Amino acid sequence: MFGIENLTGPTKALAQVGLVLLEAVILYVLYGGLSSLFSEWITDAIRGE
Amino acid sequence: VEVLGMSLVMVVTFVGFGLLIGTLFGFFGMGGSFLLTPALLVMGYGSDQAVGAGLAFVFATAVIATMKHRDLGQVDYKLGVLMIGGTTVGLEIGKELLNHLQEMGLGDLVLGIVYVFLLGGIGLFVTRNALKDADGGGIDHDADQDVEDAEIPEIAQAIQSYHVPPMVSLKGGYTISLWMILLVGFATGLLSGFLGVGGGFIRMPALFYLLGVPVPIAVGTDLFEIVFSGGIGSFLYALDGSINLSIVMPLLAGSALGARIGSASTSLVDEEDIKIYFGLMLVGGSISVAAQQLGKAYGIEILNTVSIVIIFGAAILVAGAVVVSAVEALREEAVEERASPAD
Repeated sequence: MFGIENLTGPTKALAQVGLVLLEAVILYVLYGGLSSLFSEWITDAIRGE
Repeated sequence: VEVLGMSLVMVVTFVGFGLLIGTLFGFFGMGGSFLLTPALLVMGYGSDQAVGAGLAFVFATAVIATMKHRDLGQVDYKLGVLMIGGTTVGLEIGKELLNHLQEMGLGDLVLGIVYVFLLGGIGLFVTRNALKDADGGGIDHDADQDVEDAEIPEIAQAIQSYHVPPMVSLKGGYTISLWMILLVGFATGLLSGFLGVGGGFIRMPALFYLLGVPVPIAVGTDLFEIVFSGGIGSFLYALDGSINLSIVMPLLAGSALGARIGSASTSLVDEEDIKIYFGLMLVGGSISVAAQQLGKAYGIEILNTVSIVIIFGAAILVAGAVVVSAVEALREEAVEERASPAD
């Protein structure tokens, strides 16, 4: 997966932890952007406005 | 259809479960990893994979929380770095202990039993406090509390009075033996390495009650520690090939979204109203792991299904209660505003 199958030992371990870190950063930015775009719209919809 | 090397149904299940534990974590500020690892055990994953996924999950969650609170609250970096020394040794020993038990064929059983008592104990403690007193008890996790206002507990005062050199002076103007700091780091590292949890629920009270670190500094330093212990722990388990990205990545995708929903709900719903359900959910998790272990020991297939239903059902119910209460609070707020437009 993600081209890390061929890596071995510490390099593979670092790549796996790095991928988890990268995903965390991407999700932070992505969901942060979505929240600022849609949170008001969703709140208004729930409030029936 | 396969995604990330597993069936689409499993990927969706993990994203959904991530959403649930993320919502719970965002709302209650705890409970991410110590629900995840037992859930993976109940689903039939080996103890090394369950703990490895728990640690990687803890690492990513702590990174996101750190980015959210960019200033990390009030971190005592000296204390944090010194604790990392003890934590790293504890992590390695915890992992070796689990590896050893697994080689003896006892890893899943021992981890299961520890989780039964851990979840049951914390669950009963939270439930009892929620029933007894609306104030809950335990430690206030308010990072904005004034450092000077924090009282040093008696045990911490006693520990601070032991002068076993070398002594280290810490933020807040007190000194403590280096050995105590390393010991607390080691104990939480051992738990993280063995259970796959961040250890915040042990480290926070340990920092406050044993070392006398003021709560705001304990909160920041705890988060700082979790990033490192989660990262180092994930790396150690990855070295053994026990980090399964097919589990971790979809879980994280769900939980990062759930954490936003959960933390947004905190401003709308009183935590004390729902805390009792959270406690009961942990007790449910304990019963679930016990049922799974019994089912495995006596070959009763139905108990395995029952355990999956209990742990997922409890998480769905409590996360659902958080979201429904938040939606109701928003609607009530809107109705009240319409009723009194003059404001």
